[in-house]
Amino acid sequence: MASTPPVVEAHGLRKEYDGRAAVDGIDLTIHRGEVFALLGPNGAGKSTAAGILAGFRGRDAGEATVLGADPARAGRRWRSRIGIVWQQETEVPRLTVRAVVRHFAGYYPHPRDVDEVLGLAGLTERADALAHTLSGGQRRRLDVALGIVGRPELLFLDEPTTGFDPRARRDFWRTVRDLAAVGTTVVLTTHYLEEVEALADRVCVIAHGRVRAEGPTDSLGGRMTGQTTVSWLADGEPRSVDTDEPTRVVRRLSDAFRGEVPGLTVHRPTLEDVYLNLIDDSPRETEPKEVAA
Amino acid sequence: MNGATTRRLPGPVRVGLSRAWLETREFARHWESVAFTFALPALILLLFGVIFDGSTGDDISAAEFYLPGLIAMGLMSVSFQNLAISIALERENGTLRRIRGTPMPPSAYFVGKTALVFVLALGQVAVLLAIAVGVYGADLPTDPGAWATMVWVLVLGTISCALLGIAFSSLARSPSTASAIVVVPFLALQFTSGVFVPLTILPGWLVNASSLFPLRWMAQGMRAAFYPDEAAVLEPSGGWDLSTVAAVLGVWCVVGLVLTLATFRWKTSEDG
Repeated sequence: MASTPPVVEAHGLRKEYDGRAAVDGIDLTIHRGEVFALLGPNGAGKSTAAGILAGFRGRDAGEATVLGADPARAGRRWRSRIGIVWQQETEVPRLTVRAVVRHFAGYYPHPRDVDEVLGLAGLTERADALAHTLSGGQRRRLDVALGIVGRPELLFLDEPTTGFDPRARRDFWRTVRDLAAVGTTVVLTTHYLEEVEALADRVCVIAHGRVRAEGPTDSLGGRMTGQTTVSWLADGEPRSVDTDEPTRVVRRLSDAFRGEVPGLTVHRPTLEDVYLNLIDDSPRETEPKEVAA
Repeated sequence: MNGATTRRLPGPVRVGLSRAWLETREFARHWESVAFTFALPALILLLFGVIFDGSTGDDISAAEFYLPGLIAMGLMSVSFQNLAISIALERENGTLRRIRGTPMPPSAYFVGKTALVFVLALGQVAVLLAIAVGVYGADLPTDPGAWATMVWVLVLGTISCALLGIAFSSLARSPSTASAIVVVPFLALQFTSGVFVPLTILPGWLVNASSLFPLRWMAQGMRAAFYPDEAAVLEPSGGWDLSTVAAVLGVWCVVGLVLTLATFRWKTSEDG
C-alpha cells in the first residue's frame, strides 16, 4: 500500500457560497482500496467536498489530486475511472433497467458486463422493468448500477442509503463490501453512524466545513484508548471527569471516600458519543483540578 | 493497471448515435410531449381545414393555404420549444448532472439532440403533408425545385431554432418557468410571422419586428415551396426573397451557436 500513491490527496480545500464557507480548509488522504467515510451532520460540507473531488464542483482554494490529476481540470479518460452516485434524486430514462444500464455502459472504455452490474446492484429480477416505475430503493440501486457500470477505480457514494428501510440498507452495504472486495476505492458521505461502523475502514468527521477528527473507524477520536468519563456524587451533587486513566481516577476517588464511591459510573464512549462530541460546538468541560491534581 | 487507462474511449459519433436512439425512444414514451409538442400543428391543420373551408378563394383550399405556415410552426415547435423545455427539465431533474459525471463526450449530447430534432422534424412534415393530401386532397408541388427549397428551408430553420432552444433553456430558473418563457414568445411569433394571419394585413412595424426572428422567414420559404409562383405578390415585398430567407436563417444559425456556447450549463445554480 505504501508503494502506490494515494488515490485522493487534498490540502486546504475551500468552497464558498454567497460568502459562507461550505468547505473551510479540508485536508484528506485516501488510499487505494479503502472505504473512506466523510461523516457529518446535514449541511456540514461533506457533499460539497465530495463534489470537488469528483470533478463536479469548482473550489475557491486548495490543492487536490485525485487518481493522479486535478479533478477541476480532468478529462474524459479520468472520468472513465471514477463512478458517482449522487445524493439528489435523478430522473432515469423511460426505458427498461437493462436498456438504461446498457446505454451507460456505452460511455466507458472497459465497462462491466450488464448482467454482472445488475447482479452487483441487486436488480437482476427487475432487469426488464421500466426504470421510472421502480420503487425508491430500487431506483437508488439503479443509481448505483450506473455508478459502477464503468468499472470505476474510485466510487463516490453521496448519502447513498437515505430513505432506505433497514433491510434495503443491509443489502446495499453488502454491495459496497463486494465492490471494496474487488479493489474499488470508495468515498462514502453519510450521516449514519451505523453505516460508517459497518463499512468504513477510515472515517473523517466534518462539521461546519472543517475536519473535526480523522482516523480508523474503530479508534475514532481515541475511542479505544482515549477519554473515559467517570461520574459520581459528591454531597449529593453529580460530578464527572473525562480522563485517559479511569482506573487511577477511581482509585483516587475510592481513597477520597474511604471505600464505596456514591453513584459511581465509568463510561467508555460509543462511536455516537465520540461523534456528537466532535460536532458539538459548546465548550467542553475540562478535568476538575481537585481530582486531576 | 485497470483497462480503463489503456482501452480506447468510445468516440463522440458512436456515443452520439447511442444517445440519439435513447432520446428518440424516450420521446415516443412521453405522451405529453407527443401530444403538446408534436401533434399541435396537425390538430390546427385539421381544424383550420374545416373552419376556413371556402374562405381562402377559389384558387387555393384552406388546408393548402395554411400548410406552409404550419410546417414552419411545427419545425420551430420540435426544435425550439422542444429543446428549450426538455433541456431545462433535464438540467433540473439531474439528467445532465448524471451524464456530466460520466466520460460521455459533451458533443455526443448535442449529436443526440440534433438527431432527435431532425427525426421529429421529418415526422412533423410527413404528418402535415399526409393530413393535407389525405384529408383535404391538397395538391402538392411537382417541381423538384420547390422540394429543394423546402429541404433547405427545413434544414436551416430547424438548426437555427434548435440552437436558440438550447440557449433559451439556460434562461429558465426551473422547468415550470421554462414553459412560460418559451411558449409566450413562440405564440407571439406565430401570430406575427404569417403562420395564422397573412403578413400583408399586419401593421408594418409588427412585421418589421417579427422579421428579426427566424419563424417569419421559415414560413415565407415554405410558402415559396408550396404556393404557386404568382402568389408571391401577396408577400410584403411582392416576391419570395429566398436569398433573404437564406441569409436571415444562416445568421441565426451562427448567433444561436454563439449563444449556446456562451450560455450552456450542465449544472443548476444550486449545484455550484
